[in-house]
Amino acid sequence: MGEVRENRLGVTLCGVELDNPVIPASGTFGYGKEFAELYDINILGTFSFKGTTKDPRLGNPVPRIAEAASGMLNAVGLQNPGVDHVIAHELPEMKAFFHKPVMANVSGFSVDDYVYTCEKLDKEPQVGWLEVNVSCPNVHGGGMSFGTDPKAAAEVTRAVKAVTAKPVILKLSPNVTDIAEIAKACEAAGADGISLINTLLGMRIDLKTRKPILANTTGGLSGPAVFPVALRMVYQVVRAVSIPVVGMGGISSAEDVLEMMMAGAAAVEVGAANLVDPFACKKIIEELPAAMDKYGIKTLQELKG
Amino acid sequence: MKKGKYIITENTNLAAGIWKMVLAGDGTAVTAPGQFIDIKLDGRYLRRPISVHDADEGSITIIYKVLGHGTDDMTRYEPGKPLDVLAGCGNGFQTCGDGSLSQLRRPLLIGGGVGIPPLYLLAKKLIASGCLSQVVLGFNSAEDAFCIEEFRALGCTVNVASADGSLGTKGFVTDALPAADTYDCFYTCGPLPMLKALDKAIPAGIPGQFSFEERMGCGFGACMGCTIPVKGGYKRICKDGPVLAREEILWEK
Repeated sequence: MGEVRENRLGVTLCGVELDNPVIPASGTFGYGKEFAELYDINILGTFSFKGTTKDPRLGNPVPRIAEAASGMLNAVGLQNPGVDHVIAHELPEMKAFFHKPVMANVSGFSVDDYVYTCEKLDKEPQVGWLEVNVSCPNVHGGGMSFGTDPKAAAEVTRAVKAVTAKPVILKLSPNVTDIAEIAKACEAAGADGISLINTLLGMRIDLKTRKPILANTTGGLSGPAVFPVALRMVYQVVRAVSIPVVGMGGISSAEDVLEMMMAGAAAVEVGAANLVDPFACKKIIEELPAAMDKYGIKTLQELKG
Repeated sequence: MKKGKYIITENTNLAAGIWKMVLAGDGTAVTAPGQFIDIKLDGRYLRRPISVHDADEGSITIIYKVLGHGTDDMTRYEPGKPLDVLAGCGNGFQTCGDGSLSQLRRPLLIGGGVGIPPLYLLAKKLIASGCLSQVVLGFNSAEDAFCIEEFRALGCTVNVASADGSLGTKGFVTDALPAADTYDCFYTCGPLPMLKALDKAIPAGIPGQFSFEERMGCGFGACMGCTIPVKGGYKRICKDGPVLAREEILWEK
């Protein structure tokens, strides 16, 4: 019997093994193509693709981006080509450069929208997990409104679980009083995992024009500024549910990954950091072993719990 | 697009609020005139996209306008300072010799204010390929004028307009356009009202390329932060632009 080489970075997410816990977050990585031109993205645990809806969406008018101290606001508004186009074009294209199960991020404006999109993506062998976004702060009449009410979040969870055999991860909004209550409702409705946090609702005003910078008036804050809020919420949710939790919000370094996993996250998503440095996830993965050595961590699995 | 370390070798004030910065490093990352570089600044979260004024094998030159905290920080950067730069972002201008414009040998270049810099590398390329280039430059006033002599030194004929009449023709670039039968295509970069006015002023049959600016998140097509609608779909200014062809642009009313 040969020596078994243990992968120090390996983790498991809803029964699927990942080479490492680093997952670029939806909305910061497109469908992978722009990054695959820069490095081999198969080094990632996986990635969560651009939030996809039933129908194509142009999104909000520009400006969609504003800067903040240690972060940024976005109000993209779920621009995407629609699930049928993603299945016909983006997923087949992705096969050429990404050979792992991908996380499909899904958004909607009604329960039927979520069901339609998830049912279609359920049939795609490349999709490893469905990340159901009930937390987009930048669209009206949907998105976040499902994620701020435990009953509505549970209803989406139940409806989606009925049409897919793939693991369903509910992506939650931090713009609530008690995020653990929403997470528990999703778990009770059959969710296989929880991911959090989506962006924090914010705004900026242009001093010269005296008007909001964002055409949408408000947008979602992300980046290192939100990390402590995200860490606190992940910590609370991990202690409220028994399903795996994917932690995200401002993660920018290997140390941030360790800290998020010490709060109990099974894996992590990295968002805004990809936009500032397209090589951010590659760098984090490469720096993880040395960071683990520094803090006496043999394997990431030992941090769990 | 390539990511790299570049060293500032020059950072000088050219005109009111207008600065020139020369960066030593891989200039071959810039593959077309009209592209931009995306610079990481100390203590600022998002990179700053700035159009390329000139590039050669070992350097990239930008000309930037002080518009906010980030560009204000840049004016205090000293030669010798290393910068983290994404170079060769965006599509750039299509020049004579490639694609549909290969037969068009008499280009007109029109720049307004800080929209002028990307036209300089373009003019160099056009002249090198044997095109007779006419240039129209617009400023608010004589005190913020720059680069006029550099275009003349390339061999371009240059018309200048200033809003207050302190330099050249009093008025806008549209008041200083040469006769429409003296050019067969045009390239432009400048403020949105100028681009709109040019589309109205230049006869519809003449093909043109317009360079746009927009607040960006990433600068390389990942975040969809700068997407605008065009005829037949939508485009990311940072990746599918910043240069759009005249026929695909949807002008807002």
